[in-house]
Amino acid sequence: MAAAQAASSSRSRFRSLELVLGILFAGGISLAVLLSPILFPDGGEGMDLMSRLIPPFQDFKHILGTDPLGRDVLARVVVGGRISLVVGILSVLGAVLIGTFVGLIAGYYRGIPEMLLMRFVDIQLALPFILVAIMFLAILGAGIDKVILVMIATQWVQYARIVRGSVLALREREFILSARAIGVGNGRIIFTHILPNVLGPIVILMTLNVANNILLESSLTFLGLGVDPLIPSWGGMLADGRTYLQTAWWVSVFPGLAIMFTVLGLNLLGDWLRDYLDPTGQTSK
Amino acid sequence: MSDITASSKLLNGPLLSVRSLSVEFGTERGPFRAVKDVSFDVSPGRTLAVVGESGSGKSVTSLAIMRLTDYTGGRIVGGEVLFQPSGGEALDLTKASDDKLRDIRGNDIAMIFQEPMTSLNPVFTIGNQIAETLILHESLNPREARLRAKELLQKVRLPDADRLLDRYPHQLSGGMRQRVMIAMALACNPKLLIADEPTTALDVTIQAQILNIIRDLQQEMGTAVIFITHDMGVVAEMADDVVVMWKGEKVEQAPVRDIFTAPQHPYTRALLSAVPRLGSLKGEPLPKRTPVIVMDGGAPKLVGDTHVQNTADYAKPILQVEKLTTRFDVGKTFFGRVTHRVHAVEEVNFDLYPGETLALVGESGSGKSTIGRTLQQLVEPTSGTVRFNGRDMASMSQGERRRLRQEIQYIFQDPFASLDPRHTVGYSIAEPIIVHGLIKDRKAIEKRVHELLVQVGLQPQHAKRYPHEFSGGQRQRVCIARALASDPKLVIADESVSALDVSIQAQIVNLLMELQEKRGLSYLFITHDMAVVEKISHRVAVMYLGQIVEIGPRQAIFENPQHSYTRKLLSAVPIADPERERAKTRIEGEIPSPVRAVGQEPAIHRMREVGPGHWVAIEADALRGVA
Repeated sequence: MAAAQAASSSRSRFRSLELVLGILFAGGISLAVLLSPILFPDGGEGMDLMSRLIPPFQDFKHILGTDPLGRDVLARVVVGGRISLVVGILSVLGAVLIGTFVGLIAGYYRGIPEMLLMRFVDIQLALPFILVAIMFLAILGAGIDKVILVMIATQWVQYARIVRGSVLALREREFILSARAIGVGNGRIIFTHILPNVLGPIVILMTLNVANNILLESSLTFLGLGVDPLIPSWGGMLADGRTYLQTAWWVSVFPGLAIMFTVLGLNLLGDWLRDYLDPTGQTSK
Repeated sequence: MSDITASSKLLNGPLLSVRSLSVEFGTERGPFRAVKDVSFDVSPGRTLAVVGESGSGKSVTSLAIMRLTDYTGGRIVGGEVLFQPSGGEALDLTKASDDKLRDIRGNDIAMIFQEPMTSLNPVFTIGNQIAETLILHESLNPREARLRAKELLQKVRLPDADRLLDRYPHQLSGGMRQRVMIAMALACNPKLLIADEPTTALDVTIQAQILNIIRDLQQEMGTAVIFITHDMGVVAEMADDVVVMWKGEKVEQAPVRDIFTAPQHPYTRALLSAVPRLGSLKGEPLPKRTPVIVMDGGAPKLVGDTHVQNTADYAKPILQVEKLTTRFDVGKTFFGRVTHRVHAVEEVNFDLYPGETLALVGESGSGKSTIGRTLQQLVEPTSGTVRFNGRDMASMSQGERRRLRQEIQYIFQDPFASLDPRHTVGYSIAEPIIVHGLIKDRKAIEKRVHELLVQVGLQPQHAKRYPHEFSGGQRQRVCIARALASDPKLVIADESVSALDVSIQAQIVNLLMELQEKRGLSYLFITHDMAVVEKISHRVAVMYLGQIVEIGPRQAIFENPQHSYTRKLLSAVPIADPERERAKTRIEGEIPSPVRAVGQEPAIHRMREVGPGHWVAIEADALRGVA
């Protein structure tokens, strides 16, 4: 009994390690990005052609070095996080909300709603992202809000598919039948019995898509469809630094590291959230 | 060294000798010892039954003999398994090399598992799968192997073996698949056959057939059999010797007669007292609660008392079912026209009275569960009327139908599957109260949940736990508490005790009967288990292919069965009494499929009354005057 308790407490300590690291990475980066107007009032725009391509850890004024235009890499990484985080997180949240709702309705009610929604989903999945994005942004014009809209519009279908699949399996499960036998209404079944049971795969897809969307934003910007290319963003910096990779690795490596730690942090938080929501992994007090 | 001593010991001795075997599993919470220091011998041509409830380590023991525990995360941490292969010296299987083991598995030792569907590969034909073993171990060429496969299928009494060879597993019924599994196991004339609950998933009449086949083949081929089961009836029918396992340990070993007549260990006595015995209520008109021996720690304890269940009130029925028919469309043409239907329920009539238990008995496909689900409005009936308290369900408003879901409750077979894993059991029990708005105040709801938990023999603090933290029996108690939460008049129990261990089953049956007396509940008790039916029910309806073939008072059905199917069903039940002559009647035949082409309606049986309230379907041969 004592051994069992010790083992389960080491398990929950591991769980909280995930939480602590997740908050440390994702939270630390978010905090720095939030404070960027105070930390770097010039917005990372200050050019100094006299101090171009200084390597990192050599000049106290430019700890992470400078880029080909003499701009401070650290400042640009922190400021660039504004665009990247806003795009990455808002686009995913929007897609999750719409996709989950559609998936729940389609999977639970079957029949005509399912057919209509899922055929729509299939068509949308068949269209190449770039094509949709170009059409969309050509009509609406460029801008960060439009970029987010394009991403939501193209990605909610992924969530709808995953959620519908899980719901199809769940709705035949006996506890759903048993809830219905007791007289529980459809709305309550969907939101209190089905939704908590489909969160696992959603959380995983979400953390994957955040990273994906941070990079997508830079592709769109590169094509001239996204944000003003002069405003720094991680994806944009990564793309700019590519040409200097041989001579000045720091220009692209630091924004890359920023993306990596953000995604790692979100992944850890996602794992923690998934386990937190699953009672079979823990013992109640 | 040990091999030499082993061979000298085993020559002309037992075929298999398990000596102080211990098996451990590594879990998140440290190593767990599933089998502790178990020893037994198996001699050629004998059947050893290993009996125990879930978690007793009986299956792990059988897997460890074949060293299959290597593949399931288990580790043999002590003891030896000495085996005498054909034409060679005895060897210790726990130390044998992988090559040697592969040679023995399927060749000298064969195994049959519980679930014949999952043990057969769905993408290969039956013929190919049997032939595979033969080509591998007997080095036959494919043509010879096919011929042998056909012989084997005939040996397990499968008709039309030639055509079966080219069929896929999903095209066969469960009983046929299990026979194919036996044919595969016997392909290389094994010296030892290990059967792990081979008939648990099958209907009783099919179970009787399979047991017969195993017994006959054993006599014919002189195979030794290790029969793993939880069913004392099957033990009495099959075994020569019995090993009783409890919590990973062997608590008793004796010849089968001694186990049943003079059990030594308290656990064996508790197990036997819990086994429902067909015919135990002979001569009694009413069902009766009897005390059960329960293992409390290491000591047996008597729980409950004898109580005649005189609860039924035959003044006015609570439920009247008339010509209820439920069909499902299955086959459709390209244009959506229905070609085939499952005739699950066909013109079924019965009444149920307050405080009464009516058992619906039948095998798979008989439509018994569909009746329950139709009454609970989980399935729409095709035609017929159902009256609850005199009100026709079809004419009820939406609101009244919702209220009906409060007054009729359903308990499912698998308590784990029917509880939402993401919510505490307290939440699950409170849900019907909240949904029907029976109590508004949160504190009062909590109090009520606690009362319900106490009523079903659990504790109030259990409300905060999740379903996975309970044992199977406790979970079924939670499901009963949930069903009682809305204060129902009628409870439909769909195989609610079938998946439970016998000792737990006996307690749950007693609990249901006690609650019936306290609350005047009516039960519609759906099951395939005749022995439980005898204990709990006031009246019995026997179903076959969607129709009731016999209905009447329990005593009449059990002591004077009139319909041939009822008799067949009763004779198929394994009796937990080794003195009884084994397999007097040979049961043959599959259960026909209830799927019919559109336009081919089944004939509706006409019923005749043979005793007070005892109705029997007139059989075709009786009509012709043959019987």
